[in-house]
Amino acid sequence: MTTWVFSEEIDGHASASALELLTKARTFGDVAVFHIGPGSDGAFAELGAHGATNVYHLAIGDRLPSAPAAGALATLAEEHDAELIMFGMGNTDRDVAGRLSARIGKPVLGNAVEVAVDGRVKVTSEILGGTEAVVTEATGAAPALVLVRSKAFPAEPLTDSVPNVTLVSMPDIGHAGSAVITESHVEDSEGPDLEVAGIVVAGGRGVGSAEKWAVVEDLASQLEAAVGATRAVIDAGWVPSRLQIGQTGKTVKPDVYISAGVSGAMQHLVGMKDSGTIIAINKDAEAPIFAVADLGIVGDLHAVVPKLTEALKAR
Amino acid sequence: MRIAVCVKQIPDPATPYDLDPDTHRVVRPNDQVLDDTDRFGVEVGLQLAEGDDGSVTLFSMSPSGSLQGIRQALAMGADKAVIIDDETLAGSDALTTSRVLAAAIEREGFDLVVAGTESTDGSSGVVPQQIAELLEVPSLTFARKVDVADGVARVEQQTAGGYDVAEAPLPALLSVTSGVVEPRYPTFKGIMQAKKKPIDTLTAADLGFSPEQVGDAGAGQKITSVTSVPAREAGEIVEDDGEAYLKIVALLEQAKVI
Repeated sequence: MTTWVFSEEIDGHASASALELLTKARTFGDVAVFHIGPGSDGAFAELGAHGATNVYHLAIGDRLPSAPAAGALATLAEEHDAELIMFGMGNTDRDVAGRLSARIGKPVLGNAVEVAVDGRVKVTSEILGGTEAVVTEATGAAPALVLVRSKAFPAEPLTDSVPNVTLVSMPDIGHAGSAVITESHVEDSEGPDLEVAGIVVAGGRGVGSAEKWAVVEDLASQLEAAVGATRAVIDAGWVPSRLQIGQTGKTVKPDVYISAGVSGAMQHLVGMKDSGTIIAINKDAEAPIFAVADLGIVGDLHAVVPKLTEALKAR
Repeated sequence: MRIAVCVKQIPDPATPYDLDPDTHRVVRPNDQVLDDTDRFGVEVGLQLAEGDDGSVTLFSMSPSGSLQGIRQALAMGADKAVIIDDETLAGSDALTTSRVLAAAIEREGFDLVVAGTESTDGSSGVVPQQIAELLEVPSLTFARKVDVADGVARVEQQTAGGYDVAEAPLPALLSVTSGVVEPRYPTFKGIMQAKKKPIDTLTAADLGFSPEQVGDAGAGQKITSVTSVPAREAGEIVEDDGEAYLKIVALLEQAKVI
């Protein structure tokens, strides 16, 4: 069987999710990659090293990827009898998977933390804040589309082999493909990488505003920790979405996770509940985050956190 | 401009969810609430309609029950609602839901479809994209800022490291994040008016679907098992007395990170 993995080039690299998915997919048999973006040699080499034998590259230019990528991938999946197509859960991944699903009439099995192929494609996902594990099976004809959570599988390079790269032509999909990207803005980042940091300091809506967000950053910088955030904070535009922890963001398992003003919505808990030590500060004693905390402080984070930061500074 | 806004009634997120042991589905009480993330889509729809003398129609596939969530969105100012309520739809997967919503939206006619990015009680987060593909229109997703002028929709889209500006000619679909606008609260007048606003109820058959195409029968996936994940041991919860930060310092020492 052939498993397909979706990859999006970001700053000259294959997406982190693609390398994680390839590591898993190569255990099922042959792996092909559908890659969108400029198509740098570095990105192709990373894909090859993680087990891709064939890479199909769609140079997307300034087109919004979702519709043309779904159109091109639909054709490739049919031509090559794809049995399983794996995506991460990033925005572009979900855009392409959703449109592809409707285009070829196949369901999307979302939120996977484990994928098995045993005659049928089966995925395990965690629901209700990670308290229940659900196994869902694709029942129709192949291919099955699967969205996999970040860090469900470790990315492990295998060889130095360079994949065969085939250029895919831009499909003509009419009006649906008429969206374009006119500007791109990158917001600078500092500090350690969220997914590998030993300590994570996460802020939630309870922080109050973008102006007050410094309280989170000051503590993180004192602890040399990575900064994380809930979806509410990303949606409010206080920090960029790469800092999002949770179902549709990053999965973190640091030694110590400290949250301030995070209530602990189910979607957030699944992204951090496997951390070593969990410390939560929230004014609402009923907040669900306290159910997973080793230490919960019921109080005003704007009183507790600055004192903590000062105490650490004084050491 | 005819604006279609997709909304979902969900069990109150403040209450624990129950799973039906036989079907593995979330048990849906009669009184469901409007998914909080949908208020942003409704607000975007209302603002765009106000600037353009347009109309806002809500679309929802759900057992109608008390319809209090739909009434709430009507009270914010939407003009009417189209509910697809049919026993045969129970157990529908995301793709079937999208097919049903797309068929209802197409039947009504539209220039712009607005949806949230994902529902609070779901997991796939692909319904807006599926609807766009079925309607054969561009999808501008994860928008944190929205503008429509001269027949072109323009958005700021969240990206991993910042944001892009993307645009597409109408008809189009937008999915909006919960930060895009400040949703209005229904006024007393709005609540009273909402009681008189039309709510059309359609069945799957009205939209041309046979029972085999929808619900459990039409789903391309099935849940084969549900097992409990061992819970974390409960920790210590303390009220801040002004010195609680010292407990954190002590725990950080114990964890050997300071």
